[in-house]
Amino acid sequence: MEMPNLSLALPELLLVLGAMALLMLGAFRKDDATRTVSLLSVALLGFVALMVWGLGGERATTFGGMFVIDGFARFAKVLILAASALAITMSVGWLEREKLSRFEYPLLMLFATLGMMMMVSANDFIALYVGLELQSLSLYVLAAYQRDSVKATEAGLKYFVLGALASGMLLYGASLIYGFAGTTGFTQLSQVFHAAHGQPHAGVIIGVVFVLAGLAFKVGAVPFHMWTPDVYEGSPTPVTAFFSAAPKIAALALLTRVMLGPFGELFAQWQQIVILISIASMVLGAFAAINQTNIKRLMAYSSIGNVGYALIGVAAGSEEGVRGLLIYLAIYLFMTVGTFAVILSMRQKGRLLEGIDDLAGLSRSQPMMALALAIFMFSLAGIPPLAGFFGKFYIFLAAVNGGLFTLAVLGVLTSVVSAYYYLRIVKVMYFDDPVESFDRPVSRALGLIMAGSAAVVVLLTIVPAPLVAGAQEAAKSLFPTG
Amino acid sequence: MIPAIMFYVFAALAVAGGVMVISARNPVHSVLFLIMVFFNAAGLFLLLGAEFLAMVLVIVYVGAVAVLFLFVVMMLDINFLKFREGFLQYLPIGALVGLVLLVELVMVFGSWAFAPEIAAGLAAPTPDAQTMNNTEALGRVLYTQYLYLFQAAGVILLVAMIGTILLTLRQRPGVRKQVVADQLARSAKDTLEVRKIPSGGGI
Repeated sequence: MEMPNLSLALPELLLVLGAMALLMLGAFRKDDATRTVSLLSVALLGFVALMVWGLGGERATTFGGMFVIDGFARFAKVLILAASALAITMSVGWLEREKLSRFEYPLLMLFATLGMMMMVSANDFIALYVGLELQSLSLYVLAAYQRDSVKATEAGLKYFVLGALASGMLLYGASLIYGFAGTTGFTQLSQVFHAAHGQPHAGVIIGVVFVLAGLAFKVGAVPFHMWTPDVYEGSPTPVTAFFSAAPKIAALALLTRVMLGPFGELFAQWQQIVILISIASMVLGAFAAINQTNIKRLMAYSSIGNVGYALIGVAAGSEEGVRGLLIYLAIYLFMTVGTFAVILSMRQKGRLLEGIDDLAGLSRSQPMMALALAIFMFSLAGIPPLAGFFGKFYIFLAAVNGGLFTLAVLGVLTSVVSAYYYLRIVKVMYFDDPVESFDRPVSRALGLIMAGSAAVVVLLTIVPAPLVAGAQEAAKSLFPTG
Repeated sequence: MIPAIMFYVFAALAVAGGVMVISARNPVHSVLFLIMVFFNAAGLFLLLGAEFLAMVLVIVYVGAVAVLFLFVVMMLDINFLKFREGFLQYLPIGALVGLVLLVELVMVFGSWAFAPEIAAGLAAPTPDAQTMNNTEALGRVLYTQYLYLFQAAGVILLVAMIGTILLTLRQRPGVRKQVVADQLARSAKDTLEVRKIPSGGGI
């Protein structure tokens, strides 16, 4: 057995060593080290992102074929690292105001990020599971971080129990696949299924369904979505901001890799399941959000709907579909992070508000914040010419070119329905009479993230070409022959 | 001959222990019987030549899990007798389910066969027991082929530790803690005073 090529996993190694060093720093500092550890964590994430980019997009495997890097992993990892860095930045002010500063908070986010990177780079079912558990375990703890709040504890416990159930389903599916195909490696699996001419043993199909169910839970797609609204509402708001961006990207990237990699030959067998999940998610995301009064719950249903749109890209099963998915995820990241930066600024007399009605008349008291939120909402609704429209456009394009007309039509219809509740927020901000205004000034970090995200959304509207080209190149790496 | 006798001794004791675990009145006795089951199962592993599994069973299950069970049993105020209410009432249906499972197991094991092509595809084939004992064989794959997973599992355990501390450790004000260094630093001079008391005079 030759020595594994560690240089391919250098970003992950650096992240884990850095996180341990920061753990020591936090544990041995006498005073509260949260701010220092957070800032260093953000710097570490930035450095790791540069390193991931520097490693290039050539496909290579290490650790006996369990760990893979390619253009797809690189693209997803950079998005994940950006989302995590933004989430940590948003949290610092909140932690200090709520007097909940504990240096473990940014560290758990670092470990969750490490798990996500391992998920994206997994090339074996065991590696997939280990990465997924590392991510999930950190997220369970983060959900229950505000341990004196009943709601947060409930969210953490609910997430933990349901997450363990989903992991069990995933493991059961993986063990069935191992039993019937004789291997857990993605590369070998795809060879086995290729040899079977896409007609594997029925046990493999059952295994694929279980794996898909487990992964659908992790991305929060209908019918495995029930944890999402409660966890989003109950968790502390900065944690919800983290949940809605980085883990979604990681889990969707993982689902794409598993479905199109080892199970690519079984496309005909699982395509209809993904189509069904996608339709159900879009419809539920559109209709269930209408009656929400809590903006965090609204964002939860919005995330369910958005996962539905993203899954169209997987259901298309083509390079174009994956390209659409990656573009969609990149744009979604900035829209959702920006929206949560606004939600985190909704404070009155130091208390954090979550009601949609509390936004009434924001355009008069804080016009810039209202403008930023309006941009995010218009973009989430997919109204041209904003970036969100392009995200949906590329997804629907892939669906139409793949012959999935039903999916494309339903996608357009549900996005019209969901436009109602996104635009309702804009209406409340611009046309309702102002109530008490929020505390001022908005903290500098949140203001920067808000403005930066809005700027990115607008920038991607004007010059989408670099993103599209990047996603194209990343998508190509999943289809080596085509 | 001797292995066969040993097998029946271990197996009979394990089954007897298992029955006692669910029938003992005192939950602490149940845990102690569980420990007996673990030891006998370890013995069975030894007979199979799986000495590593046997030792892990003793160290992990007896050393950690059973102790944890004892903690739970002794620290939580649960009326275990209440759980046992209606035991006889549910016995027939429980026995029926057990019987069905037994028949299924016999059927599965009766027709057990490895697919011939599996042998070639094994990720880590078992080496010949004559050339290598199984602790060494496990160590060889664990630290080479599965190095990545082994280390990643370590990180997961670290996260579990951080999470437990984060969620449960509380700084309570007003709790008097033992400071070992202070205790050791005290000498007789600080606390003891020898006085001459004149007889009959008092202090």
